[in-house]
Amino acid sequence: MRYLPLTEQERKEIQGQLGIGGIDELFTCIEEGSCLFPAIDLPPALSEPELLQRFAAFGEKNRFQHYTSFLGAGSYRHFIPEVVQYLSTKGEFVTPYTPYQPEVSQGNLQAMFEYQTMITMLTGMDIANASLYDGGTAAAEGVLLAVRKSGKKRILVSSSVHPEYQEIIRTYCQNLNYNFGEIGFQNGDGKVNLQELQSQLNGETAGFLFQSPNFFGVVEESRKIGEIVHNSQSFAIQVVAEAMSLPFLTTPGANDIDIAVGEAQSFGLPMAFGGPSLGFMAVKEMFLRQMPGRVVGQTVDIDGKRGYVLTLSTREQHIKREKATSNICSNQAWCAVRAAMYLSTMGKQGLESLSRHNHMAASYFVHKAAALSQASVKYSRDYFNEVVLEFHTLAAKDAVDRLREKSILAGVPLSWFYPGKERELLINFTEMHDHADIERLLKALGELK
Amino acid sequence: MRTLPPPLFEKSRPGKIGYSFPEIQFPGADVAVESGSLRNGLPDEFPQLSEVEIVRHYTALAHLNYSVDEGFYPLGSCTMKYNPKINEKIAAQETLNAHPYAPHELVQGNLEILHLLADYLIKITGFGGISLNPGAGAHGEFTGMLVIRKYLEGKGDPRKMVLIPDSAHGTNPASAVFAGYETREIPSSNEGIIDVETLKRYLTPEVAALMMTNPNTLGVFEKNIKKIADLLHQNGSLLYMDGANLNALLGIVRPGDLGVDVLHMNLHKTFATPHGGGGPGSGPVAVAAHLVPYLPVPTINLSNGTYTVEYDRKQSIGRVKNFYGQFLVIVRALAYIMSLGRDHLRRVTEDAVLNANYIRKKLADHLDLPYSSPTLHEVVFSDKNLKVKTLDIAKRLLDAGIHPFTIYFPLIVHGAMMIEPTETESKETIDQFIATMIRIIGEAETDPDLLRNAPTQTPVRRLDETLAARKMMLKWRREENA
Amino acid sequence: MAFEDVKFTKEHEWIRIEGDKGRVGITEYAQHELGDVVYVELPKLDRLLKKGDPCANIESVKAVSDVYSPISGSIKEVNGKLGDHPELINQDPHGEGWLFLIQMADQAEMKDLFNHIQYQEYLKGIGGE
Repeated sequence: MRYLPLTEQERKEIQGQLGIGGIDELFTCIEEGSCLFPAIDLPPALSEPELLQRFAAFGEKNRFQHYTSFLGAGSYRHFIPEVVQYLSTKGEFVTPYTPYQPEVSQGNLQAMFEYQTMITMLTGMDIANASLYDGGTAAAEGVLLAVRKSGKKRILVSSSVHPEYQEIIRTYCQNLNYNFGEIGFQNGDGKVNLQELQSQLNGETAGFLFQSPNFFGVVEESRKIGEIVHNSQSFAIQVVAEAMSLPFLTTPGANDIDIAVGEAQSFGLPMAFGGPSLGFMAVKEMFLRQMPGRVVGQTVDIDGKRGYVLTLSTREQHIKREKATSNICSNQAWCAVRAAMYLSTMGKQGLESLSRHNHMAASYFVHKAAALSQASVKYSRDYFNEVVLEFHTLAAKDAVDRLREKSILAGVPLSWFYPGKERELLINFTEMHDHADIERLLKALGELK
Repeated sequence: MRTLPPPLFEKSRPGKIGYSFPEIQFPGADVAVESGSLRNGLPDEFPQLSEVEIVRHYTALAHLNYSVDEGFYPLGSCTMKYNPKINEKIAAQETLNAHPYAPHELVQGNLEILHLLADYLIKITGFGGISLNPGAGAHGEFTGMLVIRKYLEGKGDPRKMVLIPDSAHGTNPASAVFAGYETREIPSSNEGIIDVETLKRYLTPEVAALMMTNPNTLGVFEKNIKKIADLLHQNGSLLYMDGANLNALLGIVRPGDLGVDVLHMNLHKTFATPHGGGGPGSGPVAVAAHLVPYLPVPTINLSNGTYTVEYDRKQSIGRVKNFYGQFLVIVRALAYIMSLGRDHLRRVTEDAVLNANYIRKKLADHLDLPYSSPTLHEVVFSDKNLKVKTLDIAKRLLDAGIHPFTIYFPLIVHGAMMIEPTETESKETIDQFIATMIRIIGEAETDPDLLRNAPTQTPVRRLDETLAARKMMLKWRREENA
Repeated sequence: MAFEDVKFTKEHEWIRIEGDKGRVGITEYAQHELGDVVYVELPKLDRLLKKGDPCANIESVKAVSDVYSPISGSIKEVNGKLGDHPELINQDPHGEGWLFLIQMADQAEMKDLFNHIQYQEYLKGIGGE
């Protein structure tokens, strides 16, 4: 078998040198005789052509590829330049180990250093780590960080944070005796209810976690939120689920946010049915020693040459063990390097242009949707690339089913996550939707009765 | 000798373009965000390079990276085996690249992939149920500990403490603490394993679980595991097994048959998905039947030929990760298992264990072996009687073009050198490694400075980690690099 | 380096009596074991400690070490220089590398600590001279 280089001859030679008569003798140290060498019911090995056929068949069993999709809600279809695929799939980026021997890992270390730098430029924050698993677990780590740093145990969470992220936060914190409060959103503009936030903050609050643009696509008043939260000596934690919004909107850093976390899949990673993803975290300098995840630092070697190393490892599990800032070990390193490739290929101009393009596509839809009689855009101001379309009488699920018959995946019905929002549909627009796609969607919506 | 290219930011020039995308006008549309929320563009220092320069930059970086594609990585407990290229092609298939919220009827192929890998992993390890959600081994450990806790809460008492051997990987205690437990270290015997009599002394009604790696980080099979499982169960405690070393057990023994209640696996170790310089991995968690209700959501079910997704499980610990998990990592692992099939699965372990024992035999005359117990797929030597530090041997290996073994882990061995060759190395590679090690050990005696000054053949030499930690520079800044 | 007024602990802290206060640091042996110190976390002022409480930690590149208070008391002063110059702990662990000054609650606790000779004997015993 092509992944098993030892020949029968060589196996026998080695057995001879070990003084054993057969391979089974290597396993006599496992004394559970009755459990040894179980029959494992796997099918026979597939050859390479058979394997390709098998997976082509899985692909054909999928039907999604025959639809025009406007699904967003935390996973986004963006343009990925070919160089990103070409460079990121080089064996020297795909197959190395974690850079614990930095002398032979400068490629990845420098790439991650550059990634960290670009994330700080995108978010306006002081420092970024080298990745977390995804937006949801990054949000949970943001909460843990706020608690660790403040020593307080109360966390307020906006209910317009991605519901999956909220679930993950609850799972992560279930045994840690934190106390959670929820801050609602305003019906009129879809934004965080600032009065409610103000009244819920108190001296025990470690921080407030909100998302912008939020799950409804609405851009929050981050600066105001930061001010209110800071007046209460709490930390402001912002989640960003659609990283493509970062080049377009004022940054977490500019809004005095303390901890910025989120999902960077939009930066050069395919949707890939949800994974692998790319969680990011960027913080104010004061959080440095409490920040989870790996971090790459610049230094020099004994000849004075510039080089890079993993640093601040003393926060991590392999040293601090039960006192570590997180248990994270392997992260999404390759995805971060791929994102760096994407960000540097798109560059300042490309990202500014594409993020604006995303917004204008959504804005175009909003402008034209005014002519729809069966539905209207719920929050027609302060969105980035996702909008909520509210049907006057139809259930959003039914509208989605009907549009599916026209080979359109119209969006995510909010009723999946929010009781009471049965008529609302979250629709995402990116640079991958051209005029024809958007016109088709509008036409199909117009034909709904 | 390759040198580091200047950082992107130093090569950036205003006006350079690396991308190509059509400019589309949207007549009638305007910017719908109030100007106070609009950003005034990215900083001027944000990279602006041509496509050519991007390719040159990353190609230069690629040349600075050692990788499995280049050579041997005898890293203990990492299982750095070969990453099959056909799996990369399959993972890039566009017909698998669905939005995670695509309707389930339209992604039956993807759901089948998830269900099939789950099924194969259960068969290989012998459990009642499994979750493919966790994003890496540590994430799987955390998930597994949450399951244990929730199960014990259901029985009326989550208990307070988790026992962890002194040879354990740091993620074990870290994960237990995040699950809300205190940890207590249990010493290994002089055979290097957990001794039943010792366990009896540590077993109190407060113990929720014992976290054991098997084979452990010394490469030794925990032969008392069944008795240990029985003792724990009698005490109302559970047995967690860290499956990082599963490469020693494929087709040999199934942890589920030995009384293990919860097992996590590392797809990026045992199942050949690429390490990527530190991820993405995937850490599925398999559990005994009585723990299945507590697994995270979502789970994939099959009924009447249709795959469905379950989000609402009353006793579940909840969601641990976005969407379904590291899907494309799962795809690669499935392709790997299908390529091995029933024909070759066991041979993977046989060759891994053969190679490790071969190295053990050949180096045992030159290095101190702290434990005489038989070892499986990895072996640990100490730095006893050496004139140099383990670190120095590691750095000298770099000069020979070989990535060092794992150093200074497990903590119970002084100057530990943990060697795991895996099954994907040829006898020539192994022989060359052995010969190189013998040469270096000889140099340590006669000319130790060769080691202390190593490496000299790498793009950079030993780096000042103290400086990196004292004068932290975690992002590029123009002033620092003028 | 005069050690008449200095006592030592098994955890390799030293304490020098200065009136009703004690100046605390880690020993030469401890700094050598730790390696290059990169960061120090010191206790907050006025913090009340019992003898043996972990109250500070010292990080090197590869390890992190807890510092335990040799006696009970309250923190009166911490060494502000260590923020920018953690290397003082390596260079001058018994002098410029001091960690904190503690107001002693019970001077009688000092008699349980090692004097310099006893500490040297202790070090020999653990093989770390």
